[in-house]
Amino acid sequence: MTNNVRALVVAHASLAEALIAAVDVITGQAGALRAISNAGLGAHGLHDAIAAALEETGATVVFTDLPAGSCAMAARRLLRDRPELTIVCGVNLPMLLEFVTQDGAAPDTVAKAVARGREHVSVLSRDVR
Amino acid sequence: MSVELFRIDDRLIHGQVVVGWGKPLGIRFIALVDDEVAHSDWEQELYRMGVPTDMDLIFDSVDGAARRMPEYLADARRGIVLTSDVDTMRALAQRAAGVETVNIGGLHHQPGRRERLRYVFLTDDEAEQLRALEASGVTVTAQDVPTATPVPLDQLLGEDAP
Repeated sequence: MTNNVRALVVAHASLAEALIAAVDVITGQAGALRAISNAGLGAHGLHDAIAAALEETGATVVFTDLPAGSCAMAARRLLRDRPELTIVCGVNLPMLLEFVTQDGAAPDTVAKAVARGREHVSVLSRDVR
Repeated sequence: MSVELFRIDDRLIHGQVVVGWGKPLGIRFIALVDDEVAHSDWEQELYRMGVPTDMDLIFDSVDGAARRMPEYLADARRGIVLTSDVDTMRALAQRAAGVETVNIGGLHHQPGRRERLRYVFLTDDEAEQLRALEASGVTVTAQDVPTATPVPLDQLLGEDAP
């Protein structure tokens, strides 16, 4: 089987798995993503899990949930020895959908995904003018 | 105000500490006590990214923290003293007065450790160190987040512990 994984999604509890499941339901292209949870892992265990997944898949993008949580900390630590990595904090579903449906080889895939993730945060209420 | 929490957490600065405990306790400073981190500018920069700008993050070695404990305890703000392992917290409690309660917030699986709770894994030596800590007058409980029921050390270690 060809490895198509282009990005890891590293998040608390089952968030990564759930986001990827939602991407799959909507696009069928979840093969571009691999989930890693910090559940049960200390800082070193999580670092090693991410490093192993990067090694195995050759992915160069890591999406994490919180910018200052243990997932982002572990990813940031890897950046020191892996300058080719891009880490995106604050992952959401619109961001991942944009990422998987973009051409993986294009240089602005991450930037477009981040922009989509930001612009799709909206508030709907009767009071909105 | 003083130190509200002496916490052992192998993830050190992360959401549970900064937000989970930090917000309800009104924490304004965290003293991260770790010999390795105290001597690494890079590690310190990494951890600084994890705290909001209105929270002071102080890095100290065990020796330094033991000397400065009176300052932490007399601080007008509410603070947390944080270590990543049992050894460091025990050393601190032995060398400095004022460590009355210790919170085990997270110690995850490593070779040699047995699961005691979902978020607490301990080697026999770590269990023994915690028993010694309690025998010296420190109350030791496990509690990952403030809304969880604290688990006393006896219950944590169970009847079959060595």
